[in-house]
Amino acid sequence: MSIDLNTLTIKKAHDALLRGEYSALELAEAYLAEIEKKNERLNAYLEVFEDAREQAKEADRRIKEGKARVLTGIPLALKDNILMKGKKVNASSRILQGYVAPYDSTAVSRLKTQGAVFLGRTNMDEFAMGSSTETSYFGPTKNPYDKSRVPGGSSGGAAVAVASNLALAALGSDTAGSVRQPAAFCGVTGFKPTYGTISRHGLIAMGSSLDIIGPIAKTAEDSEILFDAIKGKDPLDCTSIELKVNSQKLKVSDLKIGIPRNFLEMKGIDEDVLASFNESIQTLKKLGCAVQDITLPTIRHALAAYYIIMPAELSTNLARYDGVKYGFYKPGDSLLGDYIATRTDGFGKEARRRLLLGAYVLSSGYYDAYYRTAISVRTLIEKEFAEAFKGVDVIATPTAPTPAFKIGEKTKDPLSMYLADIFTVPANIGAIPALSVPSGFVERSGDSSTGSGRVRLPLGFQIMAGHRNDALLFELGKKFQSA
Amino acid sequence: MVTLKEIENLAALSRIALTAEEKEKMRSEFDAILAYVASIREVSAAVVKDTRSIVATVNVMREDGNPHESGIFTETLLSAAPKREGDYIRVKKIL
Repeated sequence: MSIDLNTLTIKKAHDALLRGEYSALELAEAYLAEIEKKNERLNAYLEVFEDAREQAKEADRRIKEGKARVLTGIPLALKDNILMKGKKVNASSRILQGYVAPYDSTAVSRLKTQGAVFLGRTNMDEFAMGSSTETSYFGPTKNPYDKSRVPGGSSGGAAVAVASNLALAALGSDTAGSVRQPAAFCGVTGFKPTYGTISRHGLIAMGSSLDIIGPIAKTAEDSEILFDAIKGKDPLDCTSIELKVNSQKLKVSDLKIGIPRNFLEMKGIDEDVLASFNESIQTLKKLGCAVQDITLPTIRHALAAYYIIMPAELSTNLARYDGVKYGFYKPGDSLLGDYIATRTDGFGKEARRRLLLGAYVLSSGYYDAYYRTAISVRTLIEKEFAEAFKGVDVIATPTAPTPAFKIGEKTKDPLSMYLADIFTVPANIGAIPALSVPSGFVERSGDSSTGSGRVRLPLGFQIMAGHRNDALLFELGKKFQSA
Repeated sequence: MVTLKEIENLAALSRIALTAEEKEKMRSEFDAILAYVASIREVSAAVVKDTRSIVATVNVMREDGNPHESGIFTETLLSAAPKREGDYIRVKKIL
């Protein structure tokens, strides 16, 4: 029994499972065999769940009983910050060493209802702080197109899992681009929904007003299937919302696409990325979309506002890790000494940097200059988006300013790493949905240590829609991918 | 410019110990990051009066009710604690 994993989608796998071409167990085995072969090199999974086969057998029972739903038996990967009861979850941080989830996150619980199969948990930047998966306590994940390059981040492990046939799809989380940017770097599809449409219950918090779970999959269609399975109001997350589709016109040929041209012409954006972006725009024109330039004067400040709002929220959220209630513990000479010893050794460099930054922007005397101004800028950006979406249906940008960069290239200079999120962060600040779809390749020099000459690296094309207009992106994404 | 003293205060607030070398490095990184984020001040003060987010923040209240049976989660939650004594978490003396 050989299953062609390269061309497999959720829909195709579901149909094959229903027809009995193969069982959920055989499907899981096919992915587990790939993990066995490739994971040591890629470091995508931190753990493969030992009950994966049991879950698949349970899915087979449901299929036999005629109770299969679209995700029954579909093998998925989980980012290491999404709780699944009884499984270890570390947010790739030493400070959560040994922690076992005492309950299911709402997203996992809804997928379990469908009988999805969780293969394991995937590597990420520590507490989702990073754009390269290099800040993980468990070492970097490698880009499958070039092992000397990063897979993006923070959901790097999840993106690599999907790109390398180590899972059919995955759940990541996106606070500034952590689903979309690794999806772009690995040539897969990443979706960041409207804030609140997926419950944050059981998602380890980074920046609570920005965090959202998002699917990573091969296609827009698969992303939509996963999103539909987990979205919706949840009494356990008071910021969750029910998504009423308010998109009146779903005819792709009627869509108006806006390009924030001034934002794209900032320095630091790779020429090949811009060329590829312009080709993607041509594709949209061929689909019948009308394209126009628009001005969003404040979105160039979105990243700066983010690096005030996020550390403020993160320093508050990470105050709970003190070696008392759970996770890593290192004794000091007093209770305060315990806290300091535990946190100093438990948190990595980037976490420590952001904790201090958060304390700084919330300090008396700096609060008005930084935090208050940042949340005002955020409101302004929301309003600019709302205004812009009166004139256009979709706003398009590249997903990232460059293709995947080399491991170690940006770790010495935190600010250069932060700029990797320049195009993705406005959607988080504006609370709007955004989808990254693969949009071709560029050539770059390969891994010099192995002398592998030139490599082809994937790029991503990002489309954003108005608040709660998530469905529109799936429609356009599907058309774009079949064009 | 952030001073070393400020970095030390922030580290104390964050319950993090830094070596002399780490403090110096943190200081220079702070200068670069703060210079970048300060760009938000270019947004005119006149347009940033309103801090209320139009989509993200609404208060959601609910009545208290339906408490779970006492003690059913105790073992699960306590078993995660690095140090415990019976049904208590053990910490160093505070007073």
